[in-house]
Amino acid sequence: MNQASSPLPSDIAKLSFEDALAELEKLVKQLEDGKAKLDDAIGAYERGALLKRHCEAKLREAQARIEQIATTEAGVSLTPFKP
Amino acid sequence: MAKTTAAPPPAPNLFDAPRPGSNLPEFSVSDLSRQLKRTVEETFGLVRVRGEIGSCKLHSSGHMYLSLKDETAVLDAVCWKGQVSKLGLRPEVGMDVICTGKLTTYMGSSKYQMVIESMALAGVGALLKMLEERKKKLAAEGLFDPARKQLLPYLPEVIGVVTSPTGAVIRDILHRLADRFPRRVLVWPVAVQGEAAAAQVVAALRGFNALPLDGPVPRPDVLIVARGGGSVEDLMPFNDESVVRAVADSMIPIISAVGHETDTTLIDYAADVRAPTPTAAAEIAVPVRDNLLAQVLDDGARLNGAMLRMTRERKEKLALLSRALGDPARATEPLMQRLDERAERLALAWQGCFTRARGRLAEASGKLRHPRDLVQLAAQRLQHQTHRLQSGGRERLFQADKRLERLTTLLEALSPRAVLGRGYGLVYDAQGHLVTHAAAMKRGDKVRIELQDGTRGASVED
Repeated sequence: MNQASSPLPSDIAKLSFEDALAELEKLVKQLEDGKAKLDDAIGAYERGALLKRHCEAKLREAQARIEQIATTEAGVSLTPFKP
Repeated sequence: MAKTTAAPPPAPNLFDAPRPGSNLPEFSVSDLSRQLKRTVEETFGLVRVRGEIGSCKLHSSGHMYLSLKDETAVLDAVCWKGQVSKLGLRPEVGMDVICTGKLTTYMGSSKYQMVIESMALAGVGALLKMLEERKKKLAAEGLFDPARKQLLPYLPEVIGVVTSPTGAVIRDILHRLADRFPRRVLVWPVAVQGEAAAAQVVAALRGFNALPLDGPVPRPDVLIVARGGGSVEDLMPFNDESVVRAVADSMIPIISAVGHETDTTLIDYAADVRAPTPTAAAEIAVPVRDNLLAQVLDDGARLNGAMLRMTRERKEKLALLSRALGDPARATEPLMQRLDERAERLALAWQGCFTRARGRLAEASGKLRHPRDLVQLAAQRLQHQTHRLQSGGRERLFQADKRLERLTTLLEALSPRAVLGRGYGLVYDAQGHLVTHAAAMKRGDKVRIELQDGTRGASVED
């Protein structure tokens, strides 16, 4: 597990994986272009690093959990699934 | 394969022609037929065959004898009494059907045939015609419009699966999901064939959609409706109008995976994405985690690399520019030189000007006599004049002196005083006037008489 050294800013933490990945790719391309102003580039780099951490965490925390829906009078509930 | 029996060789007769076939096994008709039967049954087992019914005879025994044909071949088939009633359709000559069953041989007449277990209409059968009409009607309602299709989430957190809880389908899906990207999966168990299937599938779809977003049972981000392959009849619940509508109504994106790749049901048209198989549905539902992880790590590395490269490039550019800019001292050197030159010229100009001025001054100074000199000069002139004066004066004085002496002598000779010496006197009235006439005096006038050695007062008596 990649333990985050510090909590992610909330605006990044609430990004979906795909949005975070898309933004990360955009920042990478932007930086690789090398046309950005240095200040902007540093900002992009720092944000990119956070996005990468967020994406990586989302991927590493993935864990299978299989449940079965049981319908009763009261509504739906979950029971462990055994195929 | 039968093995060649290796008989102990007798005395070989090299010159005899071998008897043909002597080294081939010898079968009885039954043995061969039995082996053939086993080979056919083992090789083909269960098959699905599509063909047109060429002949069809229901025997009094209850068994049905048919032939299936296409352009070039004919296949005999039999459907035993017990299966005939379960076929669900009445086979007729000319029907395009798909039969499922086993291949076997009939040893009694050197024939092979198919034992039909199930039969379904193929091609433009009545069922398909009915489905085609239903499809047209639902399409006209817009249920299959591309505009209705929802985008699948790139990485769903929770996946809902509507399928039978037993069998290969759910196992295939779970297995493939675990391989690609382990996720939370909610299985909504349903019957996937038979009378109850359609209603259960509708209930499951509506049930998933009815889940609150933040309830105890999480609402899936994507749904998979799956079923394994089967006959058209088996798949019929997935052609059910209520199921198609439930799929079209779903707010959660749906992947349909019903039957084999060649099977198409109406929910495939209504679903957001159609997967050819349940396994493919799992592949469509989630990306491969390892690939994404590699991509993210690669992005991170590229990010670092780009940043390093960028700072290095800036540094190099700065160095380059610094070199181009050069030493500030060197930049000012030409200016300094110009300044020096100008300063020198200025100094020279000043000096020239000064020199000229001094020259003029000197010239002017030369003309200007110092007062002392002037005084001296004047003094000299004075002295000179004085000298001249003195020398001239002395001469004249001498001359004058002589003259004076002469005149004095003359004067003394003529002076009354000299007469006085000889006894004469001078008489002065009271006013000091010389009295030369006696008539000018009256009696009693006071007079003064001057004699040779002085004057004395006297009064006139007569």
